Amino acid sequence: MIVCEELGHEYGGGPLFRDVTLRLEKGSFHFLTGPSGAGKSTFLKLCYGELLPSRGTISVMGEAMGKVSRDELAEIRQRIGVVHQDCQFLDHLTVAQNVALPLATTRRALREDDVNDLLAWVGLDRHADALPPTLSGGERQRAALARAVIGAPEILLADEPTGNLDWEMSQRLMSLMIELNRMGTAVLVATHDLQLIRFAKSQINARVLRIAQRRMQVAGAEL
Amino acid sequence: MNADEITGLVVPRRGQSVWLITLSAGAMAFLAVFSLALALGATQLAQSWGAALSQTATIRLSAPPDEMDTQTELVLEVLRTTPGIEAAQVMVPDEQAALLEAWLGPDLPLDALPLPRLIEVTETPEGPDRQGLRLRLAAEAPGAVYDDHTRWRRPLAEAAGRLRALALVSLGLIGGVTGAIIALAASVALASNRQVIGVLRLVGAQDRFIARAFVRRISLRAGLGALAGTALGMAAMAALPQAGGDVHLLAGLGFRGAGWALPLLIPPLAILLAWGAARATAFRVLRRVT
Repeated sequence: MIVCEELGHEYGGGPLFRDVTLRLEKGSFHFLTGPSGAGKSTFLKLCYGELLPSRGTISVMGEAMGKVSRDELAEIRQRIGVVHQDCQFLDHLTVAQNVALPLATTRRALREDDVNDLLAWVGLDRHADALPPTLSGGERQRAALARAVIGAPEILLADEPTGNLDWEMSQRLMSLMIELNRMGTAVLVATHDLQLIRFAKSQINARVLRIAQRRMQVAGAEL
Repeated sequence: MNADEITGLVVPRRGQSVWLITLSAGAMAFLAVFSLALALGATQLAQSWGAALSQTATIRLSAPPDEMDTQTELVLEVLRTTPGIEAAQVMVPDEQAALLEAWLGPDLPLDALPLPRLIEVTETPEGPDRQGLRLRLAAEAPGAVYDDHTRWRRPLAEAAGRLRALALVSLGLIGGVTGAIIALAASVALASNRQVIGVLRLVGAQDRFIARAFVRRISLRAGLGALAGTALGMAAMAALPQAGGDVHLLAGLGFRGAGWALPLLIPPLAILLAWGAARATAFRVLRRVT
């Protein structure tokens, strides 16, 4: 689903990471760890085309990012769910409308019941008509997850999805992603929360990638 | 909740650009009503002035007092036997005095002045052979001058034509300025909603969806503004002094009958203009916004 060949990205005049060669398969579950500023968010942005690589190539679902038109990039993003660290919403739309946005923008079938079911799945059914600024950090993360998965994405990219959450809520959110993965979605979660990684690995077969010293490595068994 | 409803809501309703679009479209529609009235009025004036003076002529007969009646009869005989002349009537002294009163005042003793005699001529639609008629009159009544009003009609027609051209240029300028303002406002709206564009792109929206959402909002606002401006403009036109008395010029500058339907085209045209300007701007800006 995601194939990187000697991928590198520069930031501030120097390499952030380089020579990344890896393959994320359909239905896989990966964590991406590393210290702050190592390039976890940057790697995710390369995966959904918000940034272009400085070196090497990255292909997503067979399409080389950087060589696709804006419309083609949009079509790729329709097949990817993204949970941002800062949970970007349209603050003037309700939570339900924000969650339905990926379907509305692509003219796919939109059923209100589906939206409500999804909001119930993430525990936000009582907040369907609320505006995003009125939600807590955890609620925003869950709403972002609901929006990311409403289009039944083939890949879910999550950037520190539990950064603002307590442990109980983090477990709940991770359980939702695990459930999604069991339904066939490839999941890549950038996080530095080792406890969360251990929680997930106790339930599914997840690989852990680590960015350290400008290189991406498969993490060892200590995780 | 449906896709269309959400599409109509993705662009926030607030923002200075929204007011700029509404107000400018309203103001321009208001001005467009007056320019349209001017263009129509100029056309109507040209037609009415032309109609009033065409197919008519005046013969001015100057002769010694003792020959005046004889030469008048000769002129009338020439006219009766000339094809293309429908009627001819000698202007009576009172009518002549009324015409001159505006220029010379009521107290001047017109009887004592050697005034030429005036004969009003009505031509058939085909009209006479004017050159031949002038030659015959010169032979039969040397003091008769046939005036077909050409030298009066031409400057009036030219003035009306220029007035109409001026009004049409004004309409064109109004359209151009409106388009430019809306393009600018659309650019501002897109620039101030980068976060909205970012979210829409994140969820896989293509440029045409984003452009459509902005264009829809901008066109709607322009349409509302133009509707209000047109209504105000039409109300102002209706409040202008009506025809009659000494206000012949003003009388030609209003809308009449079916002409009142013409300003109703302004709001849909404004929407069309806003749609085109906003769409072109949106795609141009979206190409730059990564």
